[in-house]
This record gives sequence, structure tokens and C-alpha cells, in this order.
Amino acid sequence: MTAHSPLAIEANGLFKSFGETLAVDGVDLAVPSNSVYGMLGPNGAGKTTVIRMLATLIRPDAGSARVLGHDIVKEADAVRSAVSLTGQLASVDEDLTGRENLILLGRLLGLKRAAAKERSAELLEAFGLSEAATRLVKNYSGGMRRRLDIAASIVVTPKLMFLDEPTTGLDPRSRNQVWGIIRALVEAGTTILLCTQYLEEADQLADGIAVIDHGKVIAEGTPGQLKASVGSGALHVRLLDPEQRPQAERVLQQGLGDVNLATDPAALWASCSDADRAAETLAELTRVGVRIADFSLDQPSLDEVFLAITGHPAEEVSAGQPNALEEEQTA
Amino acid sequence: MSIHPTTQAAPSPAADEAAVRKAISSISRPPKASALSAALTFGWRGMLKVKHVPEQLLDVTITPVMFVLMFTYLFGGAIAGSTGEYLDYILPGILVMSVLFTTVYSGVALNTDLTKGVVDRFRSLPIWRPAPLVGSLLGDSVRYVLAGTVIIVLGVILGYRPGAGIGGAIAALALVVLFSFALSWVFTTLGLLLRSPNAVMNAGFMGIFPLTFLSNVFVDPRTLPPVLEAFVDVNPISILATASRGLMEGNAEAGDIAIVLTVAVALTAVFAPLTTRLYRKG
Repeated sequence: MTAHSPLAIEANGLFKSFGETLAVDGVDLAVPSNSVYGMLGPNGAGKTTVIRMLATLIRPDAGSARVLGHDIVKEADAVRSAVSLTGQLASVDEDLTGRENLILLGRLLGLKRAAAKERSAELLEAFGLSEAATRLVKNYSGGMRRRLDIAASIVVTPKLMFLDEPTTGLDPRSRNQVWGIIRALVEAGTTILLCTQYLEEADQLADGIAVIDHGKVIAEGTPGQLKASVGSGALHVRLLDPEQRPQAERVLQQGLGDVNLATDPAALWASCSDADRAAETLAELTRVGVRIADFSLDQPSLDEVFLAITGHPAEEVSAGQPNALEEEQTA
Repeated sequence: MSIHPTTQAAPSPAADEAAVRKAISSISRPPKASALSAALTFGWRGMLKVKHVPEQLLDVTITPVMFVLMFTYLFGGAIAGSTGEYLDYILPGILVMSVLFTTVYSGVALNTDLTKGVVDRFRSLPIWRPAPLVGSLLGDSVRYVLAGTVIIVLGVILGYRPGAGIGGAIAALALVVLFSFALSWVFTTLGLLLRSPNAVMNAGFMGIFPLTFLSNVFVDPRTLPPVLEAFVDVNPISILATASRGLMEGNAEAGDIAIVLTVAVALTAVFAPLTTRLYRKG
């Protein structure tokens, strides 16, 4: 390994405006090496502009940044030699085949003809695109295109990869595949800066998250810290028999404090972030003879985080995902 | 989570994470591609596009054929007394006109390319900055050669016989293609400045159309009013046409060729860096 600062990305006061629109309004970032760092924000928050500056596609109006120790303006070539970019529009050539795309990039990155061919075959195989190798990319499905896009980004493995909304528009199955690939990249030691407007995606993949809104970082931390800053989770219980709800309410009241009755006459919930106390309370319910149909202990979703920080919900985001506990219960 | 069906209809291929891991670690960074290699690779990209959509060659095959037939038989009798005599005069001219018209499409193609995400990837690569542009113009030069060849072959079929033989025809074609390569930079600049492929096409032809017609491509300038004649005489396209005729007939003047080459170098010197700068800024 070459010696470089432990920070893969270090940005100080980046500004960028387009005409009268201030797209990026003083962004600072500190992204540790070998991690996934998420930039979370709604459409138009300035995430893509930050990535484009860091990938040397556009120059900041003010501020500075070092990527892998290289200044993004003065040492742009050195930055380009160590990063790769997967843009918001899939950064592959639709008018060529999958194989041609990969050979093209291999050649541009300095591979000899035979090596570029070999590399393209290896990547097509690994990304499940061998059968589609000779088809034009414009005929690929969204998931295939994304996989090719990421394959194109690792024709020569980058030290740092910019992923701009890698799963936007993908079905859940393709999305899970892309997440798997991203995890594999991180294991191999690649640092990833991930732009996303999907809160769940940042939660699933990122070690650290910067929440961006209107060109500014408005919150920063681990997914856990961000959730904690919003408040605790909740224990949701649904009963087999709605008649038993008053009884259940008393038990939850004693165990956890304030109880809220849901609109479902068989359901109720109480604030709770301590799994042990939740378990004790559930055991107490069973002991007094209340029969439970279903329960879950929810962490606050990042949707709630966003709402709490910005005062407006993130756009185009579906309701909070059920957590693992609930999934197990209902499977 | 949903329960997986036991019989899944032919599972569509997916990424194999173990193989992805292996692929990530199985490569070390090669030395950078040379400027020439990068440019040639982009030229190859242009060729691949033609291979996938051969209809793109219509403008460099059918259009020149139309021009030759139309101008020869429509104007030949009126302008030169006979189509045969006019063909001798106009064929080198049509060669110049057809190939120059094709250069506009270089700007149109670049403008279209810019709307695609792949350009961001190209711009984030550690390659010689003008490589994508030089490469695509090299690819376009192949189209220019094709258009020129179609015209010369058709001319020969119709009875045109270049005085300097095949060598002369090739020399004329080479000069026209070289000048066109230089002129393309003007249109790639336009392609980066204007907002839509249509705008590039309109602006391009608005420039190239009068310049081509106000030259000696179609008529002998001695028949023109003096002011117009003065303009036609200094129009670089006239000089290119004269030089091409000369090369084909074997009586070219070195001065004409020198002027053509100087203009070509000047166009490239101004517009190639301009295009590169605009392309870099995105």
C-alpha cells in the first residue's frame, strides 16, 4: 500500500453555483479510507455536484478538497488515476455491446488489447453478463445496465469509487445484487462515496452518513448516531383478542411508560429503545395471559431522522422499512 | 420476506459475488495509455458505432451519389455545354462539397454524445484530454474517405478520367480529408456551445452552405459580378477545390496546396484547444 492520509476524502468549504443557483453551499466532508460513506439527501440537494467536483469533472468555485491525498484542482490527473465514477445516468455507452464497453475502458486505462479482452470476459462472467456480452447496452434491463456500469468502474480496481444513486429505479432483486457487489468492493479495500436518496440504502451500506439538504451538510454521523439523535424506537404489539387490550395497556404502562393505542383495535405501542426491557414486558404479557399475535421493536427509520433534522420529509421515499425482528416474526 | 418458489423458471443470470471479489483483486493498475493509443481507441469506438448502425453511412454514400448525378445532369448542359465536360470540372468540386458537408455531422454527433452519461466517465479517466475528440474525428475521417471514394468511383463510372490517374485522385482525396479534419474542429466547438443536435446542424449548414456555393465548386468565378468574384477567389473552399482539381489533373500549384494546409493548421490551432477546453468544462 502506498502511504496516504487516513482520510480518503477531505473537503473544506466547497462551493459551487450554476448561474444564480447555489448548488453546493460550503460542504465539508471527512471520509475515512476503506469505508462506505453515504451522502443522503433528496433530489437537487447538491449531492451529485459534490461528487462531480470530487471526481474532477467540475471545479469548485471556492473551497478545496483532497482525494486520496491529491488536490482535486492542482492534481486532478492524480485523482483521476485512482478513482472511478458511476454516474447517475449509467456511465456506459448504450450504442456499444457490454463487451465492447469493457474493452474500450480497459484500453483507455492502459491495458493491452489481449489483456483488455481477457479482463472484459472475466468481469462479464463475474457480473452475470456473459450471455448478454454481445448485445447492445440499450437493450439491457436496468439491473444489467447497472451491473455493467459497476463492472466498468472496476476494469482497473480503483482505490476510491463514486457511486451516484446506484440503485435508483431498480427492482428489489437487482437492488440487493448491487448492494452485494458494493459490499464485496468494500471488503476488497475500496473506499466508496455513495450518493443516495434512499434512506434504507444508506442505513444498509454506509459506515458514516452526511445528510445533505440545499447544498449543505445538515447532519453527520453513523446511522446509529443519527437515529439516536432523533429519539428512541418503539415496541409495537398486536393482540389476538382486542378484548384484552386494556389489560395489555396496563402491563405496558408498568413496564415501559406511556402507551399509545393504535387505530387497529388489537394493536398498541410504547416508546422503548431497550430490547431487554421490551423482552421482559412481552414475557409479562404472556404471564398474565394476554395472547400476542405479533410484535416488533422498531428503530426509528432514517425517514424520521430526515424529518426531524430538516423539518420536511425526504422526497420519493417509501414508508420506513420493517426491521429484521418484524421480518422474522411475519415470515 | 416472501417465500422462494421451489421451481424457478430459468433463473436469470446474476452477479456472482465470489467471482466479483476475485475480479476486484485480480488486477493491478497498468501504466497509463499513451495519447495515441487513447485517441485510436476512441476512433475504434466510432467504427463500432458504424458497425452496429450501418445506416449512419447513408449520408456519406447516398448523398454524394445524389449530388454527383443531380449537379452533373441538371446543370451540366446549361453551364458547360455538355454533361461530360461539366463532369470534368465539377467532380473535384463535388468531392470537396460532399466531404465538407459531412464535417457538420461531427459536431452533431458530439452534441448527441454529450447528453449521455458515458461522457462523464470519459472525462473522469486519466487519459490525454483531447483523446475523445481527436479519436472521434479520426473515426469521422474514415467516413470522409468513404464519401470521397464513392464520388470518385461514381465519377469514373460516368466517364471521368483524372489526368494524374489514381495517384492524383488519391492525393486530392487526402488533401480534402485533411482539410475536413481541421474544419471539423469548428463544428465540434459549435457542438459544445449549442444546446441541441438540431441547432448544431442548422448553424453548421448555415455556415458551410453559402461558403461552399460562393466558391468555384460549381461555376467558373469569371462569370460572376466583380465583388462576388473577389470573395470567391479568396474563399479557402475555392482554393481547396482548385488544388484538388490540380492534383487530379497533375497540374496543381504548390501555392494553393500551401494555402490549404496553412488554413487547416490555423483552424486546428484555434478550434482544437477551444473544443478541448469546452469539453473538459462539460
